[in-house]
Amino acid sequence: MRTRIRSADLDWWLLGLVGALCCLGLVELRSATHVAMAGMVWRQLIWVGLGFLALWLVSRIDYLWVLDRAPILYLFMLGGLAVVLVIGHERFGARRWVEIDGTPIQVSEFAKLVIIIALARFLSGVRTDRLTLTDLVKIGILTGVPLGLILLQPDLGTALTLVPVAVAGVLLAGIRWKHLLALILLAGLSLPVAWHFVLKPYQKARITAFLQPQQDPQGSGYQILQSKIAVGSGGLWGEGLGRGSQNQLGFVPVRYSDFILSAVGEELGFAGIFLTLLLYVGLLLRLIQNARQAKDRAGMYLVGGVAAILGFHIFVNAAMVIGWMPVTGIPLPLVSYGGSSTLFVFMALGLVMSVRLRRFVN
Amino acid sequence: MVHRIDDDQKLPQTRLTVFAVIVVALALLLMIGFWRLQVLDTQHYAELAYRNHIRTIPIIAPRGLILDRYGNVLLGNYPSFSVLLNRDSPGQVKPYLPEIAAGLGLNLQQLRKQVDEAAVTLPRYQPLVIKSNATQADVAFVESHRADIRCLDLLMVQRRRYPADGFMSHVLGYVGDVSAREIAKSHGRYRPGDVVGKSGLEYEYNRILMGVDGSRRVIVDSRGRVRGTLGETPAIPGKTIRLTIDENLERVAFNDLKGKEGAVVALDPQTGGVLVMASAPSFNANELSNGPTPAEWDALVDNPEHPLLNRAIQAQLAPGSTFKIIMATAMLQTGVPPPNFTVFCRGYQNFYGRIFHCWKPGGHGLVGLHQAIIQSCDVYFYNVGQQLGIQRISYFAKHLGLGRLSGIDLPGEEPGLVPSISWKEHTFHQPWFPGETISVAIGQGATTVTPLQLAYSIGGIVSGGIFKQPHLLKTSDPAPEVRFPLKHSTVEKLTSAMYGVVNNPLGTAAASRLKGIQFCGKTGSAQVVSYQERRLLGGGKRYYSNAWFVGFAPEENPKIVVSVLVQGGHEGAEAAAPIASDIIKAYYQEKAHPQPRFVNAEEPHSAEAAAVSRN
Repeated sequence: MRTRIRSADLDWWLLGLVGALCCLGLVELRSATHVAMAGMVWRQLIWVGLGFLALWLVSRIDYLWVLDRAPILYLFMLGGLAVVLVIGHERFGARRWVEIDGTPIQVSEFAKLVIIIALARFLSGVRTDRLTLTDLVKIGILTGVPLGLILLQPDLGTALTLVPVAVAGVLLAGIRWKHLLALILLAGLSLPVAWHFVLKPYQKARITAFLQPQQDPQGSGYQILQSKIAVGSGGLWGEGLGRGSQNQLGFVPVRYSDFILSAVGEELGFAGIFLTLLLYVGLLLRLIQNARQAKDRAGMYLVGGVAAILGFHIFVNAAMVIGWMPVTGIPLPLVSYGGSSTLFVFMALGLVMSVRLRRFVN
Repeated sequence: MVHRIDDDQKLPQTRLTVFAVIVVALALLLMIGFWRLQVLDTQHYAELAYRNHIRTIPIIAPRGLILDRYGNVLLGNYPSFSVLLNRDSPGQVKPYLPEIAAGLGLNLQQLRKQVDEAAVTLPRYQPLVIKSNATQADVAFVESHRADIRCLDLLMVQRRRYPADGFMSHVLGYVGDVSAREIAKSHGRYRPGDVVGKSGLEYEYNRILMGVDGSRRVIVDSRGRVRGTLGETPAIPGKTIRLTIDENLERVAFNDLKGKEGAVVALDPQTGGVLVMASAPSFNANELSNGPTPAEWDALVDNPEHPLLNRAIQAQLAPGSTFKIIMATAMLQTGVPPPNFTVFCRGYQNFYGRIFHCWKPGGHGLVGLHQAIIQSCDVYFYNVGQQLGIQRISYFAKHLGLGRLSGIDLPGEEPGLVPSISWKEHTFHQPWFPGETISVAIGQGATTVTPLQLAYSIGGIVSGGIFKQPHLLKTSDPAPEVRFPLKHSTVEKLTSAMYGVVNNPLGTAAASRLKGIQFCGKTGSAQVVSYQERRLLGGGKRYYSNAWFVGFAPEENPKIVVSVLVQGGHEGAEAAAPIASDIIKAYYQEKAHPQPRFVNAEEPHSAEAAAVSRN
């Protein structure tokens, strides 16, 4: 049984929002880097172009065919993460979250994609509307293994982005209240354990700095403060493109990537931020709309996973820029500079399109 | 309840709706966060952003030069670097203090204290000078840590370069960081960190020499590199001042005083302009200006030779026989005793039951005033003093310029002392003993003068009683004067006798006569302790008499008067007169072969300069 595919049936609203966000990202990227790093905007433009191509290609593939291959993809991902772990330690040390031009593709970005697929595959196989304890444990293992491997890189930020995929999947699939409470309790209890045994000293430092910014003015506390200064000084209408002293003079850390939203805040003001957030809300609501219209639960889980992971990126990044979250190295989807992360977002959206194009049951 | 899902196409729409609500709620929450930052608190962050990248760098105004009367530079500047500490973001300062202290060789405790104090007293945007006169290594340290220690900066400053050998140190003075007390007294004129004159002319004419600092507002990036200039308030350099000092003559005095304790003052009695003012031993003013360490400071203050003392205006010592000129003036003006008064000197005389000796053991025989001055006969002036009495002596001494400040434009001048009956009653609650008058008559006893006063007084007397206020700054305005008119005959008799002191073979300073120059003068040897006391103390140079000489030239309408003090020099004729002679000689040589003179366009007072070059 094959569904008829028509390109006209693509979600043009969604594509429009994605295009608008990419344009905003490129404009701000150009403004923030035109003096020192002029080549960046062109590279990002190429990534965006490739992204749209990848989106279209992925949308042609039947998501059910993809889900069928979830076990192979999952094993492939684990292997990739393991390989990166070995080579990565040799070549790049702990600086995972910085993307250096010319590095091999960041496998952790594609791990996100595979987790979405793997969880959708698993959840679509559950035939009850409440997950059993066994199901929860299986989901925990499915998510936990790659998460642990990414943590070992170490890359706390990317590792954490896997969690919302699992959480969204579990909530959509249904969970008993007592299980939910128990899970929340377990998460709360595991925090001190994680603090002592899992987190690296620099990760602890970031969280300490977040809680007490005055303790570490030059480190991540300084970054958050500088970001707040840039955003706050932007005012209602901003300083204008290319005129934000704080990002132009380098006070805003990695202004082209994780902190690009503070550059937006400084140069385009609250108006620019409002517009950006509006575009993201539109994007997320549109994704949820696509989840509603999915042909089956598998499609819904796929779209829901994508919405969850993108939403997590957006809200955590924005919260970090105004000092509500610690510095975790989570980029802003479609707007931050970065090849692998941009490609990941477009491929994830390609999956969403694949679900959409096959929503009508013949 | 657990239900089996039969229809895979039935989706949990309610849960998806909850998701949508969460998305909107989170977005609204974030918007509130941005609104607070960007709209409600934007002023605060705009200010922080401004402080982040706008830095005010001071431009230090160079101090004015000090020139001699002919435009030679006596005191100039040289460029040097100061290390600045920017305190805009305190969090970026404190953690680096140990590294900074180690890198610049500073005391960490003191640096911390300085920073803590500044946090209370100074606005944050004002940088702190933590090391002035930075070495090349210091500059390299700052430059190489631009990226990590962002709070350091270098400031180019014109610094004073004082003559290292101590030439004119007392007159020029030195500068230093303004003190809290000076700031409080300045009515806002001084700011913390300013460099101000601390002594000498640097102090006296600080207002003229200091200038006004400017500032430059620059844009810096996150690594502290300057990326652009917003605006600049240029510094107004301090004004150059020209002195009445003659560098040539000053050098002669400086060289002659080397290794001695003493002072030389030369005045132009017709204008009051100071041609020479030297004091020895001297000190290196650069050390004091660079902020002496407590040890250096103690060494200077505790030095038994008191190098910081400007003996020319601060050494108050008995004038010895030079005082006989005051006695002679009083005698000639009052006719007590009459001008033809003579005394037979046997080398001593009994007054009020006590033997008073003449310096010449065999005595001078029969002497009148003229010979008494030439040969400095003590017995003659004992008798003059006895007849004049202390009240008249004191009256004349005071009106002839002693016992009060001359008003020279230098800080710290001492007034000396002219004793009188009322002074003794006030100070010691004792009556005046007639025997004391006998001592006073030959410049011993309680009378003290400074070398400047002696030159001022004798210069005024031989100019007919016109006492021009001594001054170092060359101005076109005539100096204020005190008139105490003297009879022409008085002046004539005195100058002729003083001519004899040098030029008569019997004169006490005959060895110092100068061929072809009407060099006149009077020697003095003031006992520090009595002869008996000196023997008790084991003798030694410390208790030698202070040698005095006051001289002038020419005999009529003198153009230069010189007073010389050599402490422990023993005999005025031996130790002091040759120095005065050197200066007078150099003065005449200079007149005969004028140096090429610098024409300084800045010189506003050309009237006197022209008058001088006509000489």
